[in-house]
Amino acid sequence: MAHTIQVDVVSAEAEIFSGQAEFVILPGESGELGIYPRHAPLITRIKPGSVRIQKVGGEEELVFVAGGILEVQPGMVTVLADTAIRGHDLDEAKANEAIKQAEEARAKARDRAEVTTVENELAMLAAQLATIRKLRKHR
Amino acid sequence: MPGSKEIRNKIKSVQNTRKITKAMEMVAASKMRKAQERMRAARPYGEKIRNVAAHISHANPEYNHPFLVHRDTVLKTGIILITTDKGLCGGLNTNIQRLALQKVKALEAEGDAIEVCCIGNKGLGFMQRLGANVVSQVTGLGDRPHMDKLVGAIKVMLDGYAEDRFDRIYIFYTKFINTMKQEPVMEQLLPLTGDRLGSPQGSWDYLYEPDAKTVLDQMLSRYVESIIYGAITENMASEQSARMVAMKAASDNAGSVIDELTLVYNKARQAAITKELSEIVSGAAAV
Repeated sequence: MAHTIQVDVVSAEAEIFSGQAEFVILPGESGELGIYPRHAPLITRIKPGSVRIQKVGGEEELVFVAGGILEVQPGMVTVLADTAIRGHDLDEAKANEAIKQAEEARAKARDRAEVTTVENELAMLAAQLATIRKLRKHR
Repeated sequence: MPGSKEIRNKIKSVQNTRKITKAMEMVAASKMRKAQERMRAARPYGEKIRNVAAHISHANPEYNHPFLVHRDTVLKTGIILITTDKGLCGGLNTNIQRLALQKVKALEAEGDAIEVCCIGNKGLGFMQRLGANVVSQVTGLGDRPHMDKLVGAIKVMLDGYAEDRFDRIYIFYTKFINTMKQEPVMEQLLPLTGDRLGSPQGSWDYLYEPDAKTVLDQMLSRYVESIIYGAITENMASEQSARMVAMKAASDNAGSVIDELTLVYNKARQAAITKELSEIVSGAAAV
């Protein structure tokens, strides 16, 4: 077993790959990484790209990852993959969009609340009017 | 035969309702299975990331990430409320909303300011009616939650915490225990408590690229995201099973209503026949 490593590629949504391999190539943040069994413990971020896993028997498997974190232990490689392309700017844009959405919803809610108060006032005025008319008739 | 047509119409309409609830029950049952699978699929990522994060924070005690620092004075609280988008799932949303309301009231009594992130339509409507300060929201997640859709809303909360807009974040969701039982729970999301991160197995140090701080930063925010994602998948599994149970109860009730109405209908029919017969007999006797 000394010539293989356990490779796990997991994302928040699903387990993508799990199995033994002889050799793995990953797109590290500071360049391509090739990992053989008994590699020194290493943690790094990875860029969007494909992970090439050479399985036992020479068969190859390609897995696309949209970035994430790579953890290497002597007998184990774990890729914590992101499910979507993430970047600081992209995240920022999404956060801003979320804020805008919340504000819009709040404005809408306020509108609705205003509409109900106006409706209530109208109903009250109509009731007053009806009473006045009734009183006039009685006279 | 007075009223028999009305009874027949009523039976027809209840039968139609039962058809619908039965169909919804079956749809919920199949969706429940998928939702449970998704819930399980999300677990390994969370566990792995927790292990590694625990390891790094243990190996680098000198670097204190804000997510790990417990703050003494709590003035502002963030709440993440996870509910469903659709109704007809029994008391699921009501229960979680009641729990959230209690907490909000308690916090307000202490003088805390509260900001809310709503995931799911029902909770959003509830919080807006309440007049709470909703800073971000996600609705219309569908059956399969995508991280992509959640990132923005979650980032608003996490940034708020990192920028000291909140001193604490709670998350409310419905925990899936089994098909018959779901439990509304409140958990403290941030700061991460010690037992959440746990202590690592074994001790060695990694080579970091580019450095420990950057990696830990990304790791912890991914970890928190995965907790929220896990809560959402759990909530969805709860939703489907609650809906299945609620729809089953509705179908059963419709069945008993139909039985009762059929009995009333038959009695009315018999009474009409008896009346007619006695009229004929008395008519014949009079001749």
